[in-house]
Amino acid sequence: MRSHPHHHPAPDLLLAYAAGSLNEGASLLVATHLALCPHCRAEVTRLEEIGGALLEGTEQVAVGDDLLAGVLARLDEPARPLIRMPDVTPRPPPAGMPLLPQPLRSYIGGDLDRVRWRLTIPGLHEAAVPCRGGSVKMMRIRAGMGMPRHTHNGDELTLVLAGGFSDADGHYLRGDFAATDPSIDHRPVADADGDCICIAFTDAPLRLTGRFLRWLNPILRT
Amino acid sequence: MADTTEVDRLNGLLLCVARQRDRQAFVALFNHFAPRLKSFLLRGGMDAGAAEETIQDVMVTVWRRAGDFDPSLAAASTWIFAIARNRRIDRLRRDRRPAFDPDDPALVPDPVDGAMEMMLVEERAALLHRAIRELPAEQAELLRMAYFEDKAHSAIAQERHLPLGTVKSRLRLALARLRKAMSGDTLGEQA
Ligand SMILES: [Zn+2]
Ligand SMILES: [Zn+2]
Repeated sequence: MRSHPHHHPAPDLLLAYAAGSLNEGASLLVATHLALCPHCRAEVTRLEEIGGALLEGTEQVAVGDDLLAGVLARLDEPARPLIRMPDVTPRPPPAGMPLLPQPLRSYIGGDLDRVRWRLTIPGLHEAAVPCRGGSVKMMRIRAGMGMPRHTHNGDELTLVLAGGFSDADGHYLRGDFAATDPSIDHRPVADADGDCICIAFTDAPLRLTGRFLRWLNPILRT
Repeated sequence: MADTTEVDRLNGLLLCVARQRDRQAFVALFNHFAPRLKSFLLRGGMDAGAAEETIQDVMVTVWRRAGDFDPSLAAASTWIFAIARNRRIDRLRRDRRPAFDPDDPALVPDPVDGAMEMMLVEERAALLHRAIRELPAEQAELLRMAYFEDKAHSAIAQERHLPLGTVKSRLRLALARLRKAMSGDTLGEQA
């Protein structure tokens, strides 16, 4: 089994993540990929260095005279968290190696056993992941099952967490990141050796394009 | 602008804050970064009042978290940029910013041979500053927008009346140049 992903988020996606302009849903997939991909972690570190250099080199705008005094007055305040953390009750880390890396576990409220699957079409279970900005869901595709052929009204990002799938662009295993856009019409097929578990982000509903499957469109849109 | 001595000076100030809780060093950091942070936050779409409140939060966080700063991993400006970015997301969008947890048992660790970055953080930062100054104007401008303006690349394209593909390719070109500079490859200029 290979230990590092072969398919990575595009450079501009990592840039948007490092710059902080990427929405929460897409950021969740990128951050979960980073947990599985030392290569992209190093890249995001470089992108943050670029952010630091741009901050260092930017023009300066004078701040109010009392701002420093205001900051100094707060230094002795008892610490309260300034950055909001995911508002999920922390759980003890699962025994053994969790399948889902952070930050995904904190969104699910635990590991894979906490996911509340619901059957969408035969062979496909889904579970919504509450997240702002776009729709994020976990998907479990039965081994060997082909997804209906579809195209996209917007961007679709997929991260494989277990098993694997193939489409015309390649073969995707744990940690691999796939991105499609409206120009791509594809039919992912899960590997035969086990269920494929993914997390997917879409910023617009999918559109089924297979001849017999158009009637499913209303179902998948929910 | 920032050469290795300046990067060293700022890192030294942050270490004094971390180790000695040195208020004078903290004031020097404030004087250096507050006007830059203000420019960063104004470009991100905040009004002056919100920007100054955010600077307060960022600088108080710098004081409290200074112990986490590791000068072998990052320059002070990089570390403060990351704090300001997270605070801006919180303030502007009220979103969370999902991040991986370095202590997560499910994290795939870095390769152990780790001969990744041979150059010192200070040297890399100085090369980076120079490479940014030497970027073609249209690339530098898009890069600043991408980092400072909290806009999707598609929104930048619309605002600049450019095709999205052009924005993406200019950003990629700019990043490729900077990455090359950071790896110490200066096209033989200094050889
Ligand atoms: Zn990667
Ligand atoms: Zn798709």
